[in-house]
Amino acid sequence: MTATVTAATASSVAANAASPGAAAGPSAPDAAPTGGATGPAKARGTGKAFRIVPPFVVAGLIVALWYLVSYGLLDASRRFLLPPLHSIFTDAFMNADTMGDIGLSLGRTAFVTLTGLAIAIVLGIAWAVAMSQARWLETSLFPYAVVLQCIPVLALVPLIGFWFGFGYPARIIVCIMISLFPMVSNTLFGLQSVGKAELELFKLHGTRRAVILKKLQFPAALPAIFAGMRISAGLSVVGAIVGDFFFRRGDPGLGALISTYQSRVQSVELFAAIFTAALFGVVIFMFFGWLGRRVVGKWHDFGGR
Amino acid sequence: MPAAPAGIAGPSLEELGLTDPTIGRSIPPPRVILRFTGTGMTFPGGTTALEDVDLTIRSGEFVSVVGPSGCGKSTLLRIASGLEEATAGQTWLDIQRIGYVFQDATLLPWRTVQENVELLAELEHIPKAERTRRANEAIKLVGLEGFEGHLPKMLSGGMKMRTSLARSLTLNPELFLFDEPFGALDEITRERLNDELMRLFAAQHFGALFITHSVQEAVYLSTRVVVMSGRPGHILDEFPVDFPYPRHPDMRFTGEFAELSGKVSRALREGHS
Repeated sequence: MTATVTAATASSVAANAASPGAAAGPSAPDAAPTGGATGPAKARGTGKAFRIVPPFVVAGLIVALWYLVSYGLLDASRRFLLPPLHSIFTDAFMNADTMGDIGLSLGRTAFVTLTGLAIAIVLGIAWAVAMSQARWLETSLFPYAVVLQCIPVLALVPLIGFWFGFGYPARIIVCIMISLFPMVSNTLFGLQSVGKAELELFKLHGTRRAVILKKLQFPAALPAIFAGMRISAGLSVVGAIVGDFFFRRGDPGLGALISTYQSRVQSVELFAAIFTAALFGVVIFMFFGWLGRRVVGKWHDFGGR
Repeated sequence: MPAAPAGIAGPSLEELGLTDPTIGRSIPPPRVILRFTGTGMTFPGGTTALEDVDLTIRSGEFVSVVGPSGCGKSTLLRIASGLEEATAGQTWLDIQRIGYVFQDATLLPWRTVQENVELLAELEHIPKAERTRRANEAIKLVGLEGFEGHLPKMLSGGMKMRTSLARSLTLNPELFLFDEPFGALDEITRERLNDELMRLFAAQHFGALFITHSVQEAVYLSTRVVVMSGRPGHILDEFPVDFPYPRHPDMRFTGEFAELSGKVSRALREGHS
């Protein structure tokens, strides 16, 4: 039943055996691991340069291609289809009016994204915890988590508007629906990753279920939960932009602004708004990566860098 | 009935370097703490793991069980600890505190050595100050001083096992159940941990039921070695080990040791074929 797992991090509770850390400590009573044992990290390209340089090379290629299309392929009358990169900065990002509009709508979209994400996180964890506590709950509830994931949210959007109006609540509901599943599946996967022996250790001491959850299952699930948060965060941004498109009542968010720019053929502003949305998605994704490393990075190789 | 446990007339605690007040308690006279009578175990799938096992363990006895893989040795521990219920016979247990040492160290990777050692005392609702005191003592006993703040991933296999052992020691168990605790360790680490476990036993006089594959380890550590047959497991033979404690590591090279190990190995081989 627990087939579809989006976890990027398979959190094995067993810790990595070798680490040079112990060698620096006081004299080991028995053979402490030495630095000689090479971890899998060393297997492929080493060094920071190897990780930082290639992405910049790719970025350079993309920029070059951009200008090639902009100036080489498009004549001046059609250049608005892909305006030169620098003009997006000079004409839009450095234009106070445009940036004011973009900033305001970004704020609204961020509010929707974060509210929806927060609700999805709480709801998703609660759902998974409930399922982890009883087999019958898992078998009866997990299929609906999958169904939720399979429904094209766009198909439901008119219905959501029908029921909840066309303002903020509807936008937030779209965010929740789109970002809930990774939280549910990752949390459940994390809670169930606890080894049998560890569970028995707790059971031997007559430990109550709530305590096992708090002291064993939940901490063990944290790496998977943070991986889920990162995925959900990205999806929640998508949800907020989609919501903006459809639920236009009230102040416009980024999605509405993008749609307005598009209809007015304000291509430079359109690109600026798209860049802003993309940057927002990246920032929120990186934030959860950072948060995950901060919370569990000490004992777990939290994915990503 | 098995022979009386070998005497535990070792050197004083000071001589052993074990001057901890908690381990200096007077030795009560041996009494039966665990008894299996006709114990049998058939799993729901129909596999019979244990058949008609009779085994008695007294306080201050260190009993090792050797037997081929899959003969139900571990099942015996699981029944004793209450993790599993026997399907036949009777299991009688007359103590409050059991220490269960698993094959894996089963440490929580997000907890430091100190926090891991305190875990069981925490689960048993022992107040923080007392918990810390016991953990400090246990850490000292297993020789992990200076590693309190380390996370499990920074430890070698042997040190993880020591942490696991220290964690059980905090509850001051009257009976230790060891499920092949050193099976995954290299030879040298294993011998060292054997020495330390033997010293701990000589000082603390807990009862122990020790599951192992290694005849040498069994003879070196125990007051009595029990040989089990292949599945369904039943007891083939018992060998009292009369060497006094503490035992010297070089005892392994003596003729008496070799002779006894040979007897155990032979019994094991005969039961297996």
